[in-house]
Amino acid sequence: MFDVAVIGAGVVGASIARELSKYNLSTVVLEKGVEVCQATTKANSAIIHGGYDAVDGTLKAKLNVKGNEMYEDLCNELDVHFKRIGSLVVAFSEEEMETVKDLYDRGINNKVKGLEILNKEQIKEIEPNISDEVIGALRCKSAGIVCPFNLTVALMENAIVNGVKLNTESEVTNISKDEYFNIETKKGNIQAKYVINAAGLYADKINEMIGGDEYYIISRKGEYRVLDKSEGSIVNHVLFQCPTKKGKGVLVTPTVHGNVLLGPTAEEVKDPEDVSITKSGLSFLTKNAKKSIPSIDLSKTITSFSGVRATPNTKDFMIFASSKAKGFINVGGIESPGLSAAPAIAEYVIDILKEEGLNFEAKADFNPYRKKDKPFSNMNNEERKEAIKKDIRHSKIICRCETTTEAEIIDAIHRPAGARTVDGVKRRVRPGMGRCQGGFCGPRVVEILARELNLDMEDVLKDYENSKMILGKVKESRGEKIEI
Amino acid sequence: MKYDVVVVGGGPAGLGAAVEAKKHGANKVLIIERDRELGGILNQCIHNGFGLHEFKEELTGPEYANRFIKMVEENDIDYMLNTMVLSIEDKKIIALGEKGLIDIEAIAIVLAMGCRERTRGAIDLAGYRPAGVYTAGAAQRFMNMEGYMVGKKVVIYGSGDIGLIMARRMTLEGAKVEAVVEVNPHSSGLTRNIVQCLDDFDIPLLLQHGITYVHGKDRVTGVTISKLDSNRNPIEGTDREIECDTVLLSVGLIPENELSSDTGVELHNTTKGPVVNNKMQTNVDGVFACGNVVHVHDLVDFVTKESRIAGRNAALYVLNKIENNETVETEAGDGIGYIVPQQIDTKLGEEVNLFMRVRNIYSNRKLVVRDGDEIILQKKRPHMIPSEMENLKLSAELIKNLKGNISVCVEEA
Ligand SMILES: Cc1cc2nc3c(=O)[nH]c(=O)nc-3n(C[C@H](O)[C@H](O)[C@H](O)COP(=O)(O)OP(=O)(O)OC[C@H]3O[C@@H](n4cnc5c(N)ncnc54)[C@H](O)[C@@H]3O)c2cc1C
Ligand SMILES: Cc1cc2nc3c(=O)[nH]c(=O)nc-3n(C[C@H](O)[C@H](O)[C@H](O)COP(=O)(O)OP(=O)(O)OC[C@H]3O[C@@H](n4cnc5c(N)ncnc54)[C@H](O)[C@@H]3O)c2cc1C
Repeated sequence: MFDVAVIGAGVVGASIARELSKYNLSTVVLEKGVEVCQATTKANSAIIHGGYDAVDGTLKAKLNVKGNEMYEDLCNELDVHFKRIGSLVVAFSEEEMETVKDLYDRGINNKVKGLEILNKEQIKEIEPNISDEVIGALRCKSAGIVCPFNLTVALMENAIVNGVKLNTESEVTNISKDEYFNIETKKGNIQAKYVINAAGLYADKINEMIGGDEYYIISRKGEYRVLDKSEGSIVNHVLFQCPTKKGKGVLVTPTVHGNVLLGPTAEEVKDPEDVSITKSGLSFLTKNAKKSIPSIDLSKTITSFSGVRATPNTKDFMIFASSKAKGFINVGGIESPGLSAAPAIAEYVIDILKEEGLNFEAKADFNPYRKKDKPFSNMNNEERKEAIKKDIRHSKIICRCETTTEAEIIDAIHRPAGARTVDGVKRRVRPGMGRCQGGFCGPRVVEILARELNLDMEDVLKDYENSKMILGKVKESRGEKIEI
Repeated sequence: MKYDVVVVGGGPAGLGAAVEAKKHGANKVLIIERDRELGGILNQCIHNGFGLHEFKEELTGPEYANRFIKMVEENDIDYMLNTMVLSIEDKKIIALGEKGLIDIEAIAIVLAMGCRERTRGAIDLAGYRPAGVYTAGAAQRFMNMEGYMVGKKVVIYGSGDIGLIMARRMTLEGAKVEAVVEVNPHSSGLTRNIVQCLDDFDIPLLLQHGITYVHGKDRVTGVTISKLDSNRNPIEGTDREIECDTVLLSVGLIPENELSSDTGVELHNTTKGPVVNNKMQTNVDGVFACGNVVHVHDLVDFVTKESRIAGRNAALYVLNKIENNETVETEAGDGIGYIVPQQIDTKLGEEVNLFMRVRNIYSNRKLVVRDGDEIILQKKRPHMIPSEMENLKLSAELIKNLKGNISVCVEEA
């Protein structure tokens, strides 16, 4: 019997789990994926928004602004890449300038810090590559960028170190309640006193399991392009275009790793699993990114991807204690800025649990810190020598493009909430994120995963449950038996 | 550590350059290779057809590489394996190897890092990103070096040589290759590979077709292909789905020059490799380059040829015997994509091989070389295609008398 079961190991579930791990409670996280961070949290703009965007008075606005303020401390504790680089919403016409002013006012209402309106010269000074057509912009100094993968992994890791249990490959298929919740999963049943539904795109389905129908989720896909690090210095801030009736425009932003991200599109899709990329989406990005930065070189695209937003029909985050089953907390409809708001969402959920009667007693030995070595690629030569002294496997580069060492990959696999898949390794320590996209290191990573997890090479997965990389041994497919 | 010549990369280019440097008087020569063995990409190219020019024999990739590895051993050339060059500054090299970080000083450096394959991101491939989408070279490594099948039912995108060779290879291993899909009206592989790898196995080559969608979220389940119009847009009504579990991409190679550009070497816009003169010298003093790092070759024999020039001149540089005289530029004229070398030292008194690629398919044309306005050489060519590198030999006599920049054009015969 657990005190709390959290459904979903995206950034929201992981944040809640880590918050719960500060108290003397038994907590389990149930995740249907092979590992953490395989859904919406792995495919977004990675921006910690300032909070001027959300409509005043909404839960979204409140939790975004608060979440943003929490980021520095959180990322310091967890050793996660976060950079407060600031954002610009740029205007190309007087009409768009009106929007900029409205956003400024809204931001002031939402108590966003670091807002100012810039004129053309001021913008050019801080963003020299921006289009000459620009006339003004809203600057928000408190906006930032983060690595969402490492953040989620770090939150979960820290939660585990502080006693939380993580059950992966445990899709929740049914929930019933007598005295306690009985949660059926693909890996057996779990009992818990409280349930937190942080199932992202499926939160409405989980809510339905206890008879809830307060909201439903609309899947909205967003496509992206990622450009090579050689383009990394083309922008310094998160560069938004003005939202218009037609949409929010295309943003261009550096990533914490020095690539450039363009996106997203916004398209309603029927299937929440629809993470496909479309020709029309990509050309939309090309056209609109050039409007902000005419000199951007799209031939430097190294990959493209898409993510699906869990947009609630109610237009605000749906975080509330269910009236259908006492002890069931919905954390649904967490669309953008869910990443920014996640730390604040977690605290908010604790407050709700308190109101619902759960007893919170601080854990005396809670360890808020999660330590991770600096990536080898960021070390200077002295630091590299030190690292090699400690672990000789640092002298073996597996990923040529991102300079990832074997030691880093092995560490990523063996940490709590460690990598189970090729893409999981990629999201944690970057082999395959570079310009050759795993062309050279792919086979090596498969080999290391197989060795470290004691799997057959053939059972190594790319990302999801049925995503095997290799389909047998050479010669066997033509009928010969061989030993390798 | 101090060396006369340090060669970065132990593929055929690096091996050839090292051997030649030693032969021409460089005392201490070192090859640095990041892989587990010398030989470069050739180690995974287990098919034959290598060395026809160089050894007048048909060798496999590993056999070809081995001939050079032997020469390296015989000539007492040092090499380090599992060692990657991280940076070069003022001819000080920092490499990471089995024993950790190493500092090496060199008098001359030869860059021979080869190339990598273009990926799905670079071609805006639409659809999902499941397991089962591989570059042809990665699949080649999995199959030929690790012994694993990456798939059973395959569609190959792009008709580059590696893709064609993998079509045959996978068929021989019992996989079914459903089709090779090529966006151009012509293949981008060698004619002999079309015949020996596709025709002989009844594998269809679908020209002017594109993969417009990859299906399957977890593992590839199929692709949609469409006929393309002359602007490469899909023609409506021509969509068709092919069931498969694997897509191999053979959509081009890019010279591997991040290290070069960090070193200050000037790169050429079209080749994406260093700008070199006929000594294979870059703009950075004492730094030479050869092989696929300079431009993508279709035959390893030509790589070897180029590497000899680089190796010899690196040795001459060490011996202080290299002359730097006036140079003229080579210019790619009508119908020509690029020319290597980009500069010619006219006082060197040596014949020069110009390597180039044409932009389109041409029949019954000639290649015309001009010195300013004056025609100095013309060669008839019954058939030219972009995928087969052209080469023109300019005699020492011709070079000596050059007055200005030279250009090459494709013209009516
Ligand atoms: C295109 C796009 C751009 C965005 N940009 C930003 C941005 O720049 N800044 C920002 O702040 N926010 C952004 N967001 C929003 C942000 O990504 C999300 O709010 C956040 O990732 C949601 O996290 P989550 O944990 O709720 O969902 P998820 O990451 O989807 O996690 C839910 C988890 O629940 C699991 N699950 C589902 N069903 C079950 C079940 N039955 N049993 C067990 N487990 C289950 C899933 O496998 C998944 O791991 C963006 C979103 C998108 C799509
Ligand atoms: C996947 C693939 C398949 C090919 N198949 C064929 C074929 O079938 N037939 C054919 O004729 N040609 C083929 N080619 C072309 C072939 O690469 C050339 O003919 C020839 O191998 C090029 O020689 P090279 O020495 O320039 O490059 P490579 O053979 O690529 O050698 C470069 C070497 O440099 C090393 N290196 C790179 N950077 C560093 C660094 N920083 N530090 C240390 N070492 C480094 C690499 O590990 C590599 O071993 C293929 C190319 C590729 C990419």
